[in-house]
Amino acid sequence: MKELLWTIPLFPFLGALLNGVLLRGRIGKKAVTAIACGSVLAAMVTGALVIGSYLASAERRLPAHYGFDQEVYTWIPAGLLTTAAKGIVDFKVAMGFFLDPLACVMLFVVTFVGFWIHVYSAGYMAHDDGYQRYFTYLNLFMGAMLMLVLGNNYLVMFVGWEGVGLCSYLLIGFYYKEEFPPYAGRKAFIVNRIGDFAFLVGLFALVANFGTLKFSALFPAIAADPALALTPYHFHLTVAGFAALCLFIGAMGKSAQIPLYVWLPDAMAGPTPVSALIHAATMVTAGVYMVARSNVLYQLAPGVSVFIAVIGCATALFAGTIGLAQTDIKKVLAYSTVSQLGYMFLAAGVGAYTAAVFHLVTHAFFKALLFLGSGSVIHAMGGEQDMRKMGGLRKYLPTTYWTFVVGALAISGIPGFAGFFSKDQILSSVAGRGLWTLYVVGLLTAGLTACYMFRAVFLTFHGDFRGTEEQRHHLHESPPVMTLPLQVLAVGAVVAGWVGIPAALTFERFDLNVFEHFLDPILGKVKGLVPGAPHVGLGVELLLIGLSVGVAAAGFGIAWSVYGKRGLAGGEAWARRLPAVQRVLVNKYYVDELYDATVVRGFWATARGLFRFDSSFIDGALVNGARNLTVAVSLVSGVFDKYVVDGLVNLVGWVLGRFSFLFRRLQTGYVSNYALVLALGMFALVCFYFLFQRG
Amino acid sequence: MLAVTTQHYLILSFLLFAIGLSGILLRKNMITVLMSIELVLNSVNINLIAFSYQWSNLTGQIFSIFTITVAAGEAAVGLGILIAFFRLRDTTSLERASELKG
Repeated sequence: MKELLWTIPLFPFLGALLNGVLLRGRIGKKAVTAIACGSVLAAMVTGALVIGSYLASAERRLPAHYGFDQEVYTWIPAGLLTTAAKGIVDFKVAMGFFLDPLACVMLFVVTFVGFWIHVYSAGYMAHDDGYQRYFTYLNLFMGAMLMLVLGNNYLVMFVGWEGVGLCSYLLIGFYYKEEFPPYAGRKAFIVNRIGDFAFLVGLFALVANFGTLKFSALFPAIAADPALALTPYHFHLTVAGFAALCLFIGAMGKSAQIPLYVWLPDAMAGPTPVSALIHAATMVTAGVYMVARSNVLYQLAPGVSVFIAVIGCATALFAGTIGLAQTDIKKVLAYSTVSQLGYMFLAAGVGAYTAAVFHLVTHAFFKALLFLGSGSVIHAMGGEQDMRKMGGLRKYLPTTYWTFVVGALAISGIPGFAGFFSKDQILSSVAGRGLWTLYVVGLLTAGLTACYMFRAVFLTFHGDFRGTEEQRHHLHESPPVMTLPLQVLAVGAVVAGWVGIPAALTFERFDLNVFEHFLDPILGKVKGLVPGAPHVGLGVELLLIGLSVGVAAAGFGIAWSVYGKRGLAGGEAWARRLPAVQRVLVNKYYVDELYDATVVRGFWATARGLFRFDSSFIDGALVNGARNLTVAVSLVSGVFDKYVVDGLVNLVGWVLGRFSFLFRRLQTGYVSNYALVLALGMFALVCFYFLFQRG
Repeated sequence: MLAVTTQHYLILSFLLFAIGLSGILLRKNMITVLMSIELVLNSVNINLIAFSYQWSNLTGQIFSIFTITVAAGEAAVGLGILIAFFRLRDTTSLERASELKG
């Protein structure tokens, strides 16, 4: 059964082919929906069967087992290559797929969340003209994402990585007739490209040194003999450090970390289910998955890992504070996503890869849920996204309300909900490694998270309705095709955390952390960055859990006292009290403006300078210079021709003309003269005849 | 009675030839010149026929018929040129036909 692994990405690709090419414009919306959702469902079912058969297989229990490798065909037979590790090797890249516990987790999350978002989209996009185009892109995305997750080497992963980037671009700019979405799409694409460039450089470094990109060949080799990986390389880094840093810069772009996070908030210009699927649950977490997958490299590069942790932590806090002041409901969720991704990188950076992946999974559920909930709200409000014009929607959208609250509770880390377990695992891992500064920032961010999420809940669902009468008239709960995915994901947002219950909560009597044991074979052998136990003692851990719950509760309390009791007015009162802070946060720390002034302007200035160089030097000096030179030379040559060459010709004619006067006299033009000559000639002939006859 | 011999014909032919030649060389009118050319040709014809008679060989007489035919063609072409020239210059004087003067 597990041999069907390679067919999993094929289903959504097939769906995209049918909807996008073969049956484009020929079938109705029902058939489009059936193809799109059916192909993802097929991928999900096949994925479940493959996971089941893989987990049941006997070879998995062998100590030397690394994962289930399946190569479909040789994709790039590159030929001979000189590498640092093995000398000359025959470098080949296969179109191959790979299944290990980490891939199983990702496969499940991507297909499960993806399927329910497809179902939701059928309701959300029902009245859109580009229905078939939308599902083509969405299916294409699923295929690319599955390739990314299931690739057995970095290059197949990179194909998926670029594929999801392309689909992200296409779907952000889905409403291409408006002005902003295409701009946002381009921005996302270009910012991602910066990261992808580094990613490629990282791959080149790996190929040049180890001669392979295949996970099951590369990582065991490095783990067995880290000598080569630790030799010095460019920029005072080791080989592993250089590759790890480059790959992480790629992840910075894809997973929206400082300084390449700027595209994600603008990406909200796409349809809301897209924000849920691509910009919350799956694509943006690809960077975290990639770092976890490459954990062998990152363990050998502690400096880079610390850098990742610091970047992640800074991003978490930075984006969290911006989220506090946004008024667009999707922007709040977008900054929340950036912040939560920062959390995941914080965990990955300190070596708690299991915690990072765990948070990735729970986040996929509750953030997809929150986005879909916000989509339901926007749907009811007729496209309105400004929370200042909402309020009191609890009465009109009951299902959306309670599922949204479940999502908010989950992300805030309220005990029992999914986010609590994963966030607690991250914070305790950070604390366990003695990185207290990062811990405090992380804790603060947890408080911020609860605060901005409940601010959104209170502004949207509580208080009085602040929109127009017409909007109030149209308020309605979404159809079941949209509320069912909300309910399913709400259940997920609760129970997804239960697979990773920390031992401390059972006072270390039971070992209920199934998730950690599941990922142990690949992520469990991680040594801590800082010497010491990755887990703190029982008492301290319970204290930390209490602390994080307390901070979340405090965040909730602040949101309640400001927005819950007094609605929008409470927030505005605070904004008046701290105008400078308000202005900076609403304008997102002026980062876009900073980039515009430095990078974008710099780019434009460089382009303009190059244009001037082109027009003045290349066009002016070289091309026009060559022209002028040619004109000058041909002038000289023309004068030479005219006076020397033609002069000679004319001289010949002139000389002939001068000397022809002797003969010219003969030609009198009178016929009589010619006749006379004729007669004389005849006379001469006759005389001649007689003379010779006699003589 | 003086018998008419070949010699007499030759003298007649010579006189005709001399008259024709002098006409060609001395007259300025193209029509006269053309007529003089006819005289020259006919003097030749007389010559041919005289010798043909003397030797009882008809070749000379046939030759003279050819000459008359060609002379007719020549006269037609000559008169055509003359008419064209007259239209152009309004005269038939040879002195005005000096375009080929070097």
